[in-house]
Amino acid sequence: MSTRDWLLADSPTSRLQANVGRAYRVFTALMRNPLSVLGGAIILVLLLTAAFAPWIAPYSAVGQDLANRLMPPSAAHWMGTDELGRDIFSRVVWGSQITLTIVLLVALISAPLGLLIGAIAGYFGGWVDRILMGFTDIFLSLPKLILALAFVAALGPGINNAIIAIAITSWPAYARIARAETLTIRNAEYIQAVQLAGGGPIRLIVQHVLPLCTSSMIIRVTLDMAGVILTAAGLGFIGLGAQPPLPEWGAMISRGRTFILDQWWVATMPGFAIIIVSLGFCFLGDGLRDVLDPKSEGKN
Amino acid sequence: MNAIDLTNLDIAYGDTKVVFDVNLSIPEGESFALVGESGSGKSTILRAIAGLAPDWTGDISVMGEARSHHVDRNVSRKVQMVFQDPYGSLHPRKTIDAALSEPLAIHGLGNRGERVEAMLTAVGLDQRFRFRFPHQLSGGQRQRVAIARALMLEPKVMLLDEPTSALDVSVQAEILNLLKRLRREQGLTFLMVTHNLPVVSFLCDRLAVMRHGRIVEIADVAQLKSGDLKEPYSRELLAATEGG
Amino acid sequence: MAAPLLTVENLRVSFPTHTGRVEVVKGLSFTLGRERLGIVGESGSGKSMTGRSILKLIRKPGEVTADMLEFDGVDILSQSEKQMRAIRGARISMVMQDPKFSLNPVMTVGEQIAEALVTHQKLPRRDVQARIIEMLHAVRINDPERVAKLYPHEVSGGMGQRIMIAMMLIPEPELLIADEPTSALDVSVQAQVLDIIDELVRNKGMGLILISHDLNLVSRYCDRILVMNGGRVVEECAAGQLENAQHPYTRGLLAAMPVINETRDELPVLDRTQWAGT
Repeated sequence: MSTRDWLLADSPTSRLQANVGRAYRVFTALMRNPLSVLGGAIILVLLLTAAFAPWIAPYSAVGQDLANRLMPPSAAHWMGTDELGRDIFSRVVWGSQITLTIVLLVALISAPLGLLIGAIAGYFGGWVDRILMGFTDIFLSLPKLILALAFVAALGPGINNAIIAIAITSWPAYARIARAETLTIRNAEYIQAVQLAGGGPIRLIVQHVLPLCTSSMIIRVTLDMAGVILTAAGLGFIGLGAQPPLPEWGAMISRGRTFILDQWWVATMPGFAIIIVSLGFCFLGDGLRDVLDPKSEGKN
Repeated sequence: MNAIDLTNLDIAYGDTKVVFDVNLSIPEGESFALVGESGSGKSTILRAIAGLAPDWTGDISVMGEARSHHVDRNVSRKVQMVFQDPYGSLHPRKTIDAALSEPLAIHGLGNRGERVEAMLTAVGLDQRFRFRFPHQLSGGQRQRVAIARALMLEPKVMLLDEPTSALDVSVQAEILNLLKRLRREQGLTFLMVTHNLPVVSFLCDRLAVMRHGRIVEIADVAQLKSGDLKEPYSRELLAATEGG
Repeated sequence: MAAPLLTVENLRVSFPTHTGRVEVVKGLSFTLGRERLGIVGESGSGKSMTGRSILKLIRKPGEVTADMLEFDGVDILSQSEKQMRAIRGARISMVMQDPKFSLNPVMTVGEQIAEALVTHQKLPRRDVQARIIEMLHAVRINDPERVAKLYPHEVSGGMGQRIMIAMMLIPEPELLIADEPTSALDVSVQAQVLDIIDELVRNKGMGLILISHDLNLVSRYCDRILVMNGGRVVEECAAGQLENAQHPYTRGLLAAMPVINETRDELPVLDRTQWAGT
């Protein structure tokens, strides 16, 4: 029996095979959509670049070479050099690590937090719901970037504080989604069946409600990644995010602004990086939505 | 001992009262049907006995023991419920094995693998269904799983909420046969809600006709078969079924 | 026999799956005059797809082919979407299973019926109102003036379905397709709704295709019955002749239904392997 047969077996013989098989089906369905393949490829390139940055980058990210400042793109410097003579390509490559860190940490902090708060509010309803959602609404009513700015201003500039600030501003959206999903799931008969068997609220929320919220959460988080990158870049641009000489893409654009008319490449190259990575997350998110949406489940 | 005793039972959803002053005793081992149109409160009674409609006054006893207003683990060993819609009653992301093991895990019972296998056999499902997801099963197969899940804790009383009304005729026959066999083999008490009088005739010993939240008549199935129902409303229902 | 209202020959409907295209209707042929035809089958038999393909309501990636699909001399398959819109509602109407999903929740009942009427006919406003009231009367709604001002959530299931029927019949179509029109309703209301459909269809001399899973119901309200299984017609008979059905599938279905005076200890179960199409 080939691996493929094992994965697609109609009658799996173990729990593991059933779950791996399901994941494989999602994967093949995703691969059928060209745009999501492109998105996936971009994210993969981002991951590889971040992992192998020391080997890919031809120069150091911080090494200055004042003799060669503001050189246009050439064979020696593929994306040119900046005002301190640093190789922009190398900085973009090193910057991918920072971008990836921001994206991952924000996702890891805000998504589970929002998910849990939303699920608890939706499941219990009543005053629990009112308090949690009132809190959420306060956060939602403030513009994201302004709120992040306020937090960074309070915590002090720097990449870690920027991550915390972004995470704090993005969970309320997830809490809203999780609550809405939970409200539709809460009265489902399969939930009542577990209640009848004597299952308590913790088991119900963690094992039955959350798994159904996660797919819409994954979709939403992937689509939001672009926004997170842009917010991080925005904070960097204002000077409240990554501090020099860190090669953060937003900060790089900010520095290049001064030369935008004569030395366009200084600001444009990191700009391209931001656009491409954001697009990659959007494409992947769209593809995931088509595949993971619970409403399309079972249509095969 | 009576499997279910309902005394002066009133049930409300929020501010609206939907069931009024119901008194009913179902002896152990009996198969009892609640019939009536939608909105007559028959499903609500089932949900109150199960603990899913906590807003009631009066008394509900299951196997001689008064039950509280909420779902409790002690009662769940005695009484379980099968829902109407086999498409909505199984968690879409959990395998059959997970669905059947769940009640065992909640109650800390061992030997889960063997119990699941034995129960699949009991409800007439092949072992190869064990690790499938619900969307890989037909409606009838799903309903078998739902019945199996209800039986995992070896309850004495089964509440059946229109267990076959979402199924095709030929599948309905299979499920009805299964329910009849399980009742015989395990000595179960059935309380079934349905609007289908022929199903009552096949599966039940007695029935109560409900209208606007009240029981209007309690009769033997023999009376149903011979068309010997007393109340005009019961006769109306019977006439509608037979199609005049 | 006069030229039939609807001729269907070798109708096939298929959908793609990851193991290739699967046909859900496999070569269906029938003709329909101004009569009442019942299509009976269990879920997955292709009965609903048959009804939908007559109105060209099968969405991509579903695919419909037929040697002939002709409604009153019009070749349905070659009609554009725009031409189909002129046929749907005006000449062929369809009543769906659940009125909850077919009525627009933000329009009053009267407005919706009016819309069904004026999209196909230009009428002065006063006449429109009169026709609506008349139609609601015809579906046995007691105070039509009041009901016309209600929103769909304010009416019961049975009344909702009667309103649907009023909406579908007000442009006076020649053919009505009713797909499980009463399975969301209580038994006593079912009979009422079907009686109304029956009466209107007879009075107006329309064709009716009644699609249902319920053999008894179809045999009561139709002249002729097609029994479908696995995308094919397995039996065709006059409604009164159902007891003499030949095909084992039909016989199996009939036997599997419990009856009011049930004496059998076990219901006979269909042996699916024999006819399992897929």
